[in-house]
Amino acid sequence: MHLDALFGSFDNFLSYTTGGLVFGAIYALVALGYTMVYGVLQLINFAHSEVFMFGTFGMAWTFYFLHGSEPVTWSLGRAAPMLLASLVVAMAVSAGIALLLERVAYRPLINKNAPKLIALISAIGASFALAEAMGLRDRFASWVGLDDDLANYVSPEKARDVYSNPVTIQPHNLFDVGGYSITDVDLVVVLAAILMMVALDQFVRRTRFGRGIRATAQDPESAALMGVNSTRVVQMTFLIGGLMAGVAATLYMMKIGSTRQNAGFILGVKAFTAAVMGGIGNLRGALLGGLILGVMENWGSAVFGPNWKDVTAFVLLVLILLVRPSGLLGEALGKARA
Amino acid sequence: MIRFSKPARALAVVAVAGLALSACGSDDSSDTPDAAASSSGGGASAFCGKNIAFLGALTGDAGALGQNMVNGIELALKEHNDKNADCQVNLKKFDSQGSPDNAPGLATQIVNDDTIFGLVGPGFSGESLATGKTFFEAGLPSISPSATNVTITQQGWTTWHRVIGNDDAQGAADAQYLTGTAGATKVFVVDDGQDYSKGLAGKVKDSLGDALAGDDQISVGDTNMSAVVQAVKSAGADAVFYGGYYTEAGLLVKQLRQGGFTGTFMSGDGSEDPSFVKVAGADAAEGAVLSAPAGPPPADFGATGLYSTQAYDATNIFLAAVDSGVSDAQALNEFIGSYTGTGVSGPIAFDENGDITESKIYAYFVKDGKLDVDNPEVIE
Repeated sequence: MHLDALFGSFDNFLSYTTGGLVFGAIYALVALGYTMVYGVLQLINFAHSEVFMFGTFGMAWTFYFLHGSEPVTWSLGRAAPMLLASLVVAMAVSAGIALLLERVAYRPLINKNAPKLIALISAIGASFALAEAMGLRDRFASWVGLDDDLANYVSPEKARDVYSNPVTIQPHNLFDVGGYSITDVDLVVVLAAILMMVALDQFVRRTRFGRGIRATAQDPESAALMGVNSTRVVQMTFLIGGLMAGVAATLYMMKIGSTRQNAGFILGVKAFTAAVMGGIGNLRGALLGGLILGVMENWGSAVFGPNWKDVTAFVLLVLILLVRPSGLLGEALGKARA
Repeated sequence: MIRFSKPARALAVVAVAGLALSACGSDDSSDTPDAAASSSGGGASAFCGKNIAFLGALTGDAGALGQNMVNGIELALKEHNDKNADCQVNLKKFDSQGSPDNAPGLATQIVNDDTIFGLVGPGFSGESLATGKTFFEAGLPSISPSATNVTITQQGWTTWHRVIGNDDAQGAADAQYLTGTAGATKVFVVDDGQDYSKGLAGKVKDSLGDALAGDDQISVGDTNMSAVVQAVKSAGADAVFYGGYYTEAGLLVKQLRQGGFTGTFMSGDGSEDPSFVKVAGADAAEGAVLSAPAGPPPADFGATGLYSTQAYDATNIFLAAVDSGVSDAQALNEFIGSYTGTGVSGPIAFDENGDITESKIYAYFVKDGKLDVDNPEVIE
């Protein structure tokens, strides 16, 4: 134990905290996808991690398409136009995958009134299928004879290997908090995540569609009787989750710069944890859970060592659930009042 | 090289091997192969007309690597057979796909084949550990061109040899490089907790002595290195050594540089792959030092790819034994144990455990945004 590493100086404490907030913000955005789907369908969409993973590839593909494969280092400002384009692509890719999931892996089951457990298994299967499809993208391309033309995108022979954005986004220090320099990239990640959360929260609380989502979450039958199209609501829920995962993927790639076919797994587990910690089904809970998880992980790394990071996070989850079985803010998508 | 569970690792080396192809025909003309054709001394060997076996990956993720080894073996056999029309030695290949699960069955086939008198291989550490007992009990001498796990030669398998430096040799050389050539006084050591990584990083830590400023462990798949970056900065380290593979190594050096770390970054052969530079970004990777127990082949060498020189040298030891008239397995094993010579990969002699006594560890550098595979420096 190195309590002094964390608490020995206020500088260290601040720097571990801010470092954790950046990752926490990304967890929170991905957690939204889990929480929204659970709120409406009472179903854990385990394939959501792959929705995120496809977004990270969408982001890198955009840079390969617009910039080419030459490795360069750009400042955030220089990369901004391409970042915006890649944000749109990543959101579109993630949302597309989320809608595809809904159509292929869930709707047939829901229409047949299959038990929730069956849909859960379907979700796990879809998760494997999507991750492996990404790992085999070079083969798919070679079947249609495009593997040479698309070499930058499908990485022939190395499709399962790490895949990096050719453009390294070099953060610039804005100001120092203790010993940790707050960079423009960190600031953009946290601000963008919070902005998206607020926008989504307002969307669900204030718009007609949001009211439909809440109504379906509360009581699907009554909502249907009142004229809410539940299929559309479910679709919308997956779409929103996918869009948020696309934003998270872009921010993640901006910060980390590399992804791979199984990159969604660990992040998905963390995001799911964040959703449960905050109260699954609760949008604000996802934000709170994500930020707390990110910060606690870094504190755990400091005190027990980085290899104890996940242990810290999950022990914390257990403790929170022991005291508050429905999470910090409770399960509540349907209960949010307009 | 270690292969317990990591297919990505295999891909890594395939890539390096691919690049090493381009290494041939550049510069660096070192001494010519001379261990090969010692003239036959003690009459015709009973091994004439028989076979050497190769056991390793020929297909699968690491297939290209095994193919490199076969290239080296076939080159040595061809040179020998061209000179000795009355004593032909041939190759039988056994494809394990690099897997410790496939290798034992093939090992049984090899020891039951009367025409096989020696083995070049196994290719990787996992399959070496899985098959060593079989070969030892059958008394079949083997020389591996590429398995580097330290524990293999601690099993008491007296028939097992390797012509490549083990992970301890690499760790000691890396520590030497950091404190010597790089002039570091406070080295922070990080590893990813896997067998290979812990072994290598542990040896570096032991060898550093007082120069060790601190250590940490991360997990495979981690992307958030901010806690390690902070620990490195708090320790005031002027160099970081990472034991592990290129993905985490790349992320670590990227986040270290972004956090303001300006010292030397070094890692081992698990990170010696062009993907390291891609993950880190060219600027962050610049100047990174990546060590490996194998160098590029000399310019006039007739085979290509990583480990082809070691496989060539290993084969030549068997052929030298044949040429000297050795005719049974025990005499062959004794011949190998007392063999001294200079191969294309460097001077060769074995200690009592079957480890090569003098191994060269090479330092590769990231220069101008690329991993320079052609011009490594030998760590002295």
